Amino acid sequence: MPAPARRIPHPREKRMIFANIDREGYTPDIACYLRNGGYEDLKKAVKMAPADIVGEVKASALRGRGGAGFPCGVKWGFIRPGETKPVYLICNADESEPGTFKDRYIIHQDPHQLIEGMIISAFALNVHLAYLYIRGEFPLGAKILEQAIAEAKANGFLGKNILGTGFDLEIYVHRGAGAYICGEETGLIESLEGKRAYPRIKPPYFPAVLGLYQCPTIVNNVETLCHVKHIVRMGGAEYAKIGTPNNTGTRIVGVSGDVVKPGYFEIEVGSMTLGELINDLCGGVKPGRKIKAIIPGGSSAKVFRADEHFKIKVKGTDGAMVEKEIGVLDIPMDFDTMAACGSMAGSGGVIVMDDSRDMVESLNNLNQFYAHESCGQCTPCREGSLWMRKITDRLLAGGGVESDPATLASVSNNIAGKTICAFGEACSWPTMSFVAKFPEEFAARAKKQVPPPTPPEFLSEALTGGSH
Amino acid sequence: MQIPPELTAQIDEAISHYPVSKRSASLPLLHLFQEHFGFISEESIRWIAGKLELQPIAILELVTFYPMFRRKPPGKHHIRVCKTLSCALAGADQLKTDLCKATDIPCDGHGGCHGHGDPVSVSPDGKFSIESVECLASCGSGPVLMINDDLHEAVTAEEIPQILSQYK
Repeated sequence: MPAPARRIPHPREKRMIFANIDREGYTPDIACYLRNGGYEDLKKAVKMAPADIVGEVKASALRGRGGAGFPCGVKWGFIRPGETKPVYLICNADESEPGTFKDRYIIHQDPHQLIEGMIISAFALNVHLAYLYIRGEFPLGAKILEQAIAEAKANGFLGKNILGTGFDLEIYVHRGAGAYICGEETGLIESLEGKRAYPRIKPPYFPAVLGLYQCPTIVNNVETLCHVKHIVRMGGAEYAKIGTPNNTGTRIVGVSGDVVKPGYFEIEVGSMTLGELINDLCGGVKPGRKIKAIIPGGSSAKVFRADEHFKIKVKGTDGAMVEKEIGVLDIPMDFDTMAACGSMAGSGGVIVMDDSRDMVESLNNLNQFYAHESCGQCTPCREGSLWMRKITDRLLAGGGVESDPATLASVSNNIAGKTICAFGEACSWPTMSFVAKFPEEFAARAKKQVPPPTPPEFLSEALTGGSH
Repeated sequence: MQIPPELTAQIDEAISHYPVSKRSASLPLLHLFQEHFGFISEESIRWIAGKLELQPIAILELVTFYPMFRRKPPGKHHIRVCKTLSCALAGADQLKTDLCKATDIPCDGHGGCHGHGDPVSVSPDGKFSIESVECLASCGSGPVLMINDDLHEAVTAEEIPQILSQYK
């Protein structure tokens, strides 16, 4: 297998989770990890009271890096102190949101960082059995993690009586098998129980109430669990100084599509704008091309049109909130402003499309994805995702009828909010936003009259014998 | 059906990872069977169900749900080509067409693959099979493909013969 290309970090990056990624001479074995200060944070953590670790995570204001951006400490806080049922921890390494490619590098190049983050989190939550759910398409990654777990066990960081504290923990790697829906945490749990990955009906809203085997369960993304290790090292308050209030820490963003230098970057949250990310870090679009559209947070995030403007509230020099108009490229790379502009930071996967791209074709590609990946449980999503794909198929094949853009909008509006899980939103937002923001491209392909002319034998005169 | 001792050992090890519910071992066992036999046969479904004390339908419904499981044998080397947006923007469609040509697999615009249920097209000599898959999470280095367990990134048309020649 060709080794992934080694990249030199960009000066504007702030590498914490990715500190060892692409480092010359850094290997995924435990000896290398220990030489670089590995498992020191675990040694610190086991001397703390578990509740204090949860407190530090709360103080850090860390938000989940999987896509929803839910505060990690709040999620952990749902586990009741003195819980009598077993509590489980699951690492979500199902990384499958199109445009997202970050966990892959942690798993393949720095697996012990993740294992250490998991052990610390398990200690904080009184977990004795944890699973690492990795997508099936990372066969090598699964082997690397299994090796890392065996090494950690041999060194006394896992198994019985960890570091002499009396704390026991087992971690097992569980491989998925190609289904996107396993990234949804309750779908993931069903899958781990050996069933189809049908997301569970809410409430309960969080697996922390009822999760794996009907016991309290915490599901966290790979990157989130890695952050926990750094929060323990720095202390929650110190960690919270990175980034901006409510948008703390660093996060890994991946840029793909029509940029000169696509790739992954670890940046301080909010430290740069979408435009700086694309133009300064990724070298902009190819010469002679202009940006046409940007999907800012994984394929499910609503698309931005390059010439869009937004009114957002920012703190003025006197501290009062003032309204400010910004363009798409001025949006800071954080959670809240991205949401205020109508899309989401999601999983950090930015997909750029230049002015050579056909938006109907791009949407059709995503519609194929979502139609294939709908689990089929809820009718609006199962049928709707397929309808949307069929309509964009038809538009591309030259059979588009005048009402197709309106039909696409109507179908997508009838999925979002009407399904068990957030896949309903995920599959409808691309269609909703593409059709709303690039109406001219859809209209240009939707020229045929509808309904088609009624055959003469079905005209009312023919049917009633001409009496009307 | 012959289950060699080393596979039996792997099966027992996998089941031991799920002390609360044996059913959780369904996916791991399916992976082990597919790695060993190349695909999931009716017989394998019955065997796994028996081992985990489940009805065969509980295993069959997984095979039909999870896209990675095949019910037909693939070629000696199985190629997965990513078709999702970032790779598509980087030329995944053309890559698939070129791969089909290089391996003598009929290409109908979908690489001879008809999607879920019959995802795999095998070359006449049985050496290669091609499947179009959704996002492989390597979007920054598209177009990407996997051959067996190996990932190949930013693949160009010129590299195809050299890449395929690594698989005898």
